[in-house]
Amino acid sequence: MDLLRNLVLTLIVFLPLVGTIVVMFMPKENERGIKRFATWWSLLPLALSIFLAVDYWVGFVARGAGDMAYEVKLPWIPALDVHYHIGADGLSVPLIFLTALLTTLGLYYSARTIKKRVKEFFALFLFLSTGMFGVFVSLDLILFYVFWEIGLVPMYFMIGIWGQQKDRPQYAAIKFFLYTLAGSVFMLLAIIGIYLSAGTFDIIEAAEKGVWAAGTLAATLSFWAFFVAFAIKVPSFPFHTWLPDAHTAAPTAGSVILAGVLLKLGAYGFLRILLPIFPETFAYFGWVVALLGVIGIVYGAFVSLAQTDLKRLIAYSSVSHMGYVMLGIGAAAFALNSNGGEGMLNNAAMAINGAALQMFMHGIITGALFFLVGVIYERAHTRDLAQFGGLSSVVPVFYATMMFAGFASLGLPGLAGFWAEFFTFRGAFGIVPVLATVGVIGIVITAAYILYRIIQSVFLGEYDAKKLTHWSTGAGEHADGPTDMMRFEKVTLWPLVALMILLGIYPAPVLNFFNTTAVALLGRLVN
Amino acid sequence: MTPTFLNLAWLVPLPPLLAFFAIILFTNKNKRLSSNVAIGAILISWALAWLVAFAFFVQPEFIEHPFDVAVPWLPTGTTLFSMGVTVDAVTAGMLFMVGFVLAMIFIYSSGYMTFPGHLAAALNKDGLDPRYSRFFAYISLFATGMLGLVVANNLLMLFIFWEIMGLCSYLLIGFWYEKKYPDPKQITPKEAGLKAFLTTRVGDVLLMMGLIFLFIQAGDLNFQYIFAAETLHHLAEASVTLPLFGEVSWAVLISVLIFFGAIGKSAQFPLHVWLPDAMEGPTPVSALIHAATMVSAGVYLIVRMLPLFAADHHGENGAMTFVAFIGAFTAIFAATIALAQNDIKKVLAYSTISQLGYMFAALGIGAWVAAIFHLLTHAFFKALLFLGSGSVIHGVEHGHHHAHAHGHGHDDHDGHGHGAYFDPQNMLNMGGLLKRMPRTGWTFILGAASLSGFPLLTAGFWSKDEILADAFVNGHTLVFWTLAAAALLTAFYTFRAVFLTFFGQPRTEAAAHAPESVSAMTLPLMLLAIFAVAGGWVGIPSIFPGLGGLLNNPFGSLMKGQAEHYGLHAEEVFSSFALGVSLVVALGGIFLAWLVYGRRPLQTGQQDPVARLLGPVYTILQRKYYFDELYAATIVRFTKWLSQISFRFDDQWLIDPIVDGVGRFGRWLSGALRRFVDEPIIDGAVNGAGLVASAAGSALRLLQTGQAQNYLLVLLLTVLVLLGLAQFV
Repeated sequence: MDLLRNLVLTLIVFLPLVGTIVVMFMPKENERGIKRFATWWSLLPLALSIFLAVDYWVGFVARGAGDMAYEVKLPWIPALDVHYHIGADGLSVPLIFLTALLTTLGLYYSARTIKKRVKEFFALFLFLSTGMFGVFVSLDLILFYVFWEIGLVPMYFMIGIWGQQKDRPQYAAIKFFLYTLAGSVFMLLAIIGIYLSAGTFDIIEAAEKGVWAAGTLAATLSFWAFFVAFAIKVPSFPFHTWLPDAHTAAPTAGSVILAGVLLKLGAYGFLRILLPIFPETFAYFGWVVALLGVIGIVYGAFVSLAQTDLKRLIAYSSVSHMGYVMLGIGAAAFALNSNGGEGMLNNAAMAINGAALQMFMHGIITGALFFLVGVIYERAHTRDLAQFGGLSSVVPVFYATMMFAGFASLGLPGLAGFWAEFFTFRGAFGIVPVLATVGVIGIVITAAYILYRIIQSVFLGEYDAKKLTHWSTGAGEHADGPTDMMRFEKVTLWPLVALMILLGIYPAPVLNFFNTTAVALLGRLVN
Repeated sequence: MTPTFLNLAWLVPLPPLLAFFAIILFTNKNKRLSSNVAIGAILISWALAWLVAFAFFVQPEFIEHPFDVAVPWLPTGTTLFSMGVTVDAVTAGMLFMVGFVLAMIFIYSSGYMTFPGHLAAALNKDGLDPRYSRFFAYISLFATGMLGLVVANNLLMLFIFWEIMGLCSYLLIGFWYEKKYPDPKQITPKEAGLKAFLTTRVGDVLLMMGLIFLFIQAGDLNFQYIFAAETLHHLAEASVTLPLFGEVSWAVLISVLIFFGAIGKSAQFPLHVWLPDAMEGPTPVSALIHAATMVSAGVYLIVRMLPLFAADHHGENGAMTFVAFIGAFTAIFAATIALAQNDIKKVLAYSTISQLGYMFAALGIGAWVAAIFHLLTHAFFKALLFLGSGSVIHGVEHGHHHAHAHGHGHDDHDGHGHGAYFDPQNMLNMGGLLKRMPRTGWTFILGAASLSGFPLLTAGFWSKDEILADAFVNGHTLVFWTLAAAALLTAFYTFRAVFLTFFGQPRTEAAAHAPESVSAMTLPLMLLAIFAVAGGWVGIPSIFPGLGGLLNNPFGSLMKGQAEHYGLHAEEVFSSFALGVSLVVALGGIFLAWLVYGRRPLQTGQQDPVARLLGPVYTILQRKYYFDELYAATIVRFTKWLSQISFRFDDQWLIDPIVDGVGRFGRWLSGALRRFVDEPIIDGAVNGAGLVASAAGSALRLLQTGQAQNYLLVLLLTVLVLLGLAQFV
């Protein structure tokens, strides 16, 4: 058991890489074999991530502890003092599970929908998950940086190669790549800065030793360098315009991973690196982060309302929804300014809980929404909302699934998204009430674009068979009209819907992870 | 604590929830099975609800110590938030009403959802609505929401169920989402659903803000905890400075925010516009959600939270005054609109808004017991009236199809195929229906009498009289006269509807051929009629001359105890002047209606006499004071404009162009640098200038050529410069 505990994170990170290598040695023609292998192989990290969650729950969460665990620290590049230092706590464990789940579902779905260059796609997809897992476990800044960049390359190719020509995939891919890379460069700079100041690349050590005193130019510059890198990834207003293009062009599973996991890497960076290492600087600028979050919420919602392309709409909705994450994190950091005692600490903890929950729930909900876009796009070959209408009775299963995901996305109580919004606002109202008040406008507009744009355009009204004449089934065969979800689509989506309902009713299984770690983190920062 | 049936309270919302999942997952293909599952579940809930309610009624000790059990549900920092159920006198009263009304309407629906006129062509062989199963799934989920709301022991849980009801309301208003009207201006069901959801959402986010502020200030949201004297005292003393309003206590601010939730949900001015359009939903839905239960949940919320509203001790109580003002204004405002509506359901809808305003006015003047009383009696008689109107519409629709199938020799049963659109809800198309539909007619008249406050017999009289007496005795003169005037109008428009619908001669073929509805529909009408009349007798004030001593006001004494527990005043009042006014307005309104519409029944094509009398004012009333037009021209238009502007700003004007511009600049810079190395300086500068011009013209093409190495070069240079900078600081 202890051996497994020592190895579990390493296995989760590198098993997908092993999978990539195996796929590369498989004959290109054996598409069926490649798809099957990749999907089954991805169950290994998923199983391990479930083990991880259960084990961490029993060992830590149940005792109310949120410590770092499963740590491994080995010298990697001794000359540069770089270590292979990994570990997981209550913040990373649920995100590792989310990554594993969406990877498996994405591979399973792609196995039935990807038609060209199959071998490359599945090799890249597995490689991508190594990068994402790696970010969530890294406790060394250089290691973090390496995994961060690893996540970039496969996604670049996925957008560029498997995108639809009419969506300008090359443009979208290079925009995505360069934009994120530009951010990473700032991050690398700041990492070097931290080393110069604290004498270590270790995230935990750097937090304990402390870097430059707050208020110095160096501290401020490093803070903003990290900030830009993470804000681009989140993406925060005004660094978000790569997202709609990337999402629109990416293949379905690529969009799912992009929205479900890659955006969370940025938000994760805020909580794992910026808040512990630069607590005072972050506290000082916390209101800026919260402000950008609020702008993202409201502005993103208004822009979503103007969209006519279903996928672009959901992409913009991600800008809005990730604004909640920024608001929660910014507010929590800002709370460190005050000595408000336990009340303020609880406000901050709930703000972090809200942000972290939003990361998790948005992954599930928006992941499902992008799958649903894939479902309709495979059939209708268009995402133009004006082309649809009246599908509610024609494809009732698809309708019901979309309703769950859509209402979860607009934060309906009883479904998963509500708790993220509620805790974010619960925390933020206690800390930055004016900003939070502006932010609630976003809730109304979100309801408007989900119901007015998506539900009404696609499902309500009278179904007109003359509007769209070229239909396929979910598997790409010719069809005479809209057909309901196939089995593989249900298998992909219903686990996500089940999570939305179960966590909507009882969010504690996920919330407890975040809460214990948030309380522990804030406790360290306040002392 | 002794074991008690009150422990069953948490089970009450569960059966319909299970029915919802059972229907959508398993039984949706089998319509009859689906409705049976739903009805079976609601009957279980009804039984449980009444068990809990009666268990409470016989155990008066729970008034002093309301039943409250909870389990830890959410970690909130270093504390835990618990969810659970509470039962006090208010809960018990609500469970009594809601359980019964839900069951009646479920049964009624199984008869009603058989003949959607607009879908006659698509009508299945089984004669049931094509989405019959879906309907029962939705109303089951709704029942969960309403029952859960009633038993919730904290404001957050109440809010969750509140929103679930909002979802069901949206789904059910738009249930016939393919319906279109020949007049493009007439709102369709799908638009009405959207309007309802978004309008109430405005109130809901304010409610959520209030809830969050309460959570922050009080530390918990459990009702019994909030209403403890220390908590209320703290909330009333602690204050906050707001722009424009200056310093207000948290109690007032939170109360007002919470009240906005009720304004949205209960369709009070200025968020009233969604409710009349919500009548696009199937009529059982109008009865259930938009008359008896969900809209009155707004009143229930304020009933629940009234100790907080009343907690302010700094002189003038802003929150209560605000509630009283909005309530009284809405009561008269909606009543005037109801005068000029010809759609039978619209009349009832405005009447609902007006009656809910009555209840808020009562709460605002502190007449807590009277408000609860009116909430309960109104639910019975308004559910009855709506179900009655549904039966009428059903009958007229059948009559229409019958007349066209046989009377005129048409063969097609398609509702659209007859040229002119026939509106089965327009009262001008009715008349004389009492003879054709006696059970529907007589029960409707009983409901109408109760709504009008017909003296001594009906439930509506007792509850309305109590509100008026309370307002008069406690010196709220303005509220008293406003409500009295509203009561006069109410009696008038209600009996206008009765005379137009049931008396005189049929004004169309459809009305002449309308058959009585099936017993699944008329049986609930008759059961509801009993409560619409006798339901008020339990609340006759014990000091009422003569009648008071007969039953000794069991309702009042129960609620009085509960009110005292929460620190609210609950003196029984009686005023012969108020009683006199109450008698005059009720009987006077009915008499006037008879004068205008009863004595000389309206003939086919004849203009409404009131329209002639009021002239242009009538048009204003008919157009609902142009609030829809006003909102469409301001808020809706502004939102759409802002979303378009934001998108342009994002995509074409600033944000994305900057990104592309940076890309172009990088490309240009690298080109320019190469030329500095390769070529003479002057030539390079000239070429560089040319590049700017060409690059500006063809941004996308340049980007699409994908020369990543150029960008990377620039980025690397930037990094090196910054790195050098960082070394020095």
